[in-house]
Amino acid sequence: MSLFGKIFKTGIITERFDAYSDAEMNQVGAELRRVVDRRFSGNLVIRQVDPGSCNGCELEINALGNGFYDIERYGISFAASPRHADVLLVTGPVARHMQAALLATYEATPDPKWVVAVGDCAVNAGEFGQTYASCGAVEQVIPVDLVIPGCPPTPLSLMKGLLKLAGQ
Amino acid sequence: MENTTLRSRFQWLPELQTSLVYRDISLKEIINDGLQPARLFEVAHQHWGADLAHEVKQMNFRFVALWVEDGEDSFTLTACLEKQADYILLRCFVPGEIAEAPSFTPYFPAADRMERHATDLFGIRFPDHPDPRRWTRHQAWSERQFPLRKNFPVSGTPLPLTPPDHNYPFIGAQGNGVYEIPVGPVHAGTIEPGHFRFLAVGETVLNLEEHLGYVHKGIEKIAEGRDPQGLARLAGRVSGDATVAHAWAACMAMENAAGITVPARAVFLRAIFAERERIANHLGDIGGICNDVGFAFANYQFSRLREIWQRDNYAWFGHRFLMDAVVPGGVAKNIDEKIVDAMRSALLRLRGELDELRPILENNGSLQDRLVTAGYLSQELAQAFACVGYMARASGVDYDVRRDAPYPPYDAFPTKAVCSADGDVAARLHVRYEDIYAALDLLERLLASLPRQREILAAWHVPPAGAEGIGILESWRGELLCHVRFGENNRIARYYPRDPSVLNWPSLEKLIHNNIVPDFPLCNKSVNASYSGQDL
Ligand code: SF4
Repeated sequence: MSLFGKIFKTGIITERFDAYSDAEMNQVGAELRRVVDRRFSGNLVIRQVDPGSCNGCELEINALGNGFYDIERYGISFAASPRHADVLLVTGPVARHMQAALLATYEATPDPKWVVAVGDCAVNAGEFGQTYASCGAVEQVIPVDLVIPGCPPTPLSLMKGLLKLAGQ
Repeated sequence: MENTTLRSRFQWLPELQTSLVYRDISLKEIINDGLQPARLFEVAHQHWGADLAHEVKQMNFRFVALWVEDGEDSFTLTACLEKQADYILLRCFVPGEIAEAPSFTPYFPAADRMERHATDLFGIRFPDHPDPRRWTRHQAWSERQFPLRKNFPVSGTPLPLTPPDHNYPFIGAQGNGVYEIPVGPVHAGTIEPGHFRFLAVGETVLNLEEHLGYVHKGIEKIAEGRDPQGLARLAGRVSGDATVAHAWAACMAMENAAGITVPARAVFLRAIFAERERIANHLGDIGGICNDVGFAFANYQFSRLREIWQRDNYAWFGHRFLMDAVVPGGVAKNIDEKIVDAMRSALLRLRGELDELRPILENNGSLQDRLVTAGYLSQELAQAFACVGYMARASGVDYDVRRDAPYPPYDAFPTKAVCSADGDVAARLHVRYEDIYAALDLLERLLASLPRQREILAAWHVPPAGAEGIGILESWRGELLCHVRFGENNRIARYYPRDPSVLNWPSLEKLIHNNIVPDFPLCNKSVNASYSGQDL
């Protein structure tokens, strides 16, 4: 099969967001687009920071970019630098070796900014707790505006969390 | 399959013993069923080191792992080596006062980071180690504190703010036009943190140094005192992308220590989970590799296939990564006929899609142009660094635990492991693509002969204090080893997981030589070593 053949055969797989959610979700979805348009000039930019995760949460955040979720269609994109970001998506417990780097990233993010703690580890230190090597939950190091629990949270719950944040 | 006959059953042992006798070293075998398939030999402390290392090196052993345990008044040092798919454990006791031992690193570069890890966490010094720099220790504890010693409290004595590790002595270079590029620890993409220091001339990489340890979160320490279920949960989070493999290795080690036989159906289900994990990761990485050279089409296709695969995991097992599916004594999830049928058709569908996609990748000139010859790792280097998994096999080192040192259920299912001599990114992609096909074959065969008994969990019985076990298996990244020792009352006294990444990371420093800096993400993705799995 040729490249173009495969593209045509695959077709558009992007799911309508109401495919497996309720009316409330659609309302938040519509609200999200509106809020992103109004408050973020159409583009909410995320910088993801991993100060200690097991990499499970990263894989699910990455999945937001696959064709099924295609998070960019809501005006949400990921940036390489915190200086371009509105939101820090922080995963994992904060390893003490990453404490300074997380703080520097936070400080480099221009105001107004929001911090979302993603995954049980980021929310409450999860399986790793607070130890000689781990500061524990993200809020021990930087202020947190929203939490998205799960180990790891599914792409769907990540999207629900972001909808909530932007709709706040 | 003929390859399983490679197994020599320790035919080389008399030769090793003879050569050691010439050097006045005796190996005292300790019979310990928990450590099977490896055999355990004690060596006197004064014989640990040059002579011993020299002999095992002469006999072409591969260095597998080295770990330390804190005894009452001495430290136990255990090195694992492999030859012809037979594993030996060499062990010596280091008196606590001195806490010094000769290094294996001058003979086995693969021992480098494991010895430095032992120095940073136990305070065992290796005076003849060629690289005295710290490794896992940054600034979270001082040079005189050793977190894995029993008298070190798990909470430590942390400062309110741990300073950044700004003064690590990287290798430098001087000369016209040589410059340094520091990258990380916070990377530009959605990936784990670590630091890379490049020395470059123009666009060409002269040298790369990795500085890892940023996500060290004390996994070995917090394992202590857990019960078996608790350890399995923790093991499943050593590296999230290898949750099945780590949980299985930890359970295997604990079951070996406790002498527990896992029900046949559970053994099959573990392999089904492990092969599903292998496929999911390869699908994601193949897309990622292509994406790193701007071939977005493949990224869309392979991330689509991965998503479908993970949704099936969720539908059938309740978790997209199969976390906590492997538990001590068996598995937590069973499957019924409906799932077996659904999985079978999903296997067929994926196979069809892969058949369609393969020629598209192979015939795409601009893709191949970027992948062929990029990130070349020679067979000599792959061997010198004791690389495992697809890293090794793409450089012509043909080893797969499932095939060569098979454990149930793989002992009943000859496994195909594809090898390539090319050593470049294209070869690693090819080997991974073939790995998926081999895993699909395995899944079909496992489903076809799934034992009918319904039990999936063996009763647990408490092992005696001091009981130890190891688990060695082929994770999607390659050979994974785990050692467990029990203390009193079913509690874990020591847990050491050696992720394949520990062995594969150093080769990235080599294969990037003479590539251009912009090809680093591509080379890195083709290796895809775990940070969390190596930092622990
Ligand atoms: S929440 Fe779970 S998946 Fe996320 S970093 Fe923690 S252990 Fe890993």
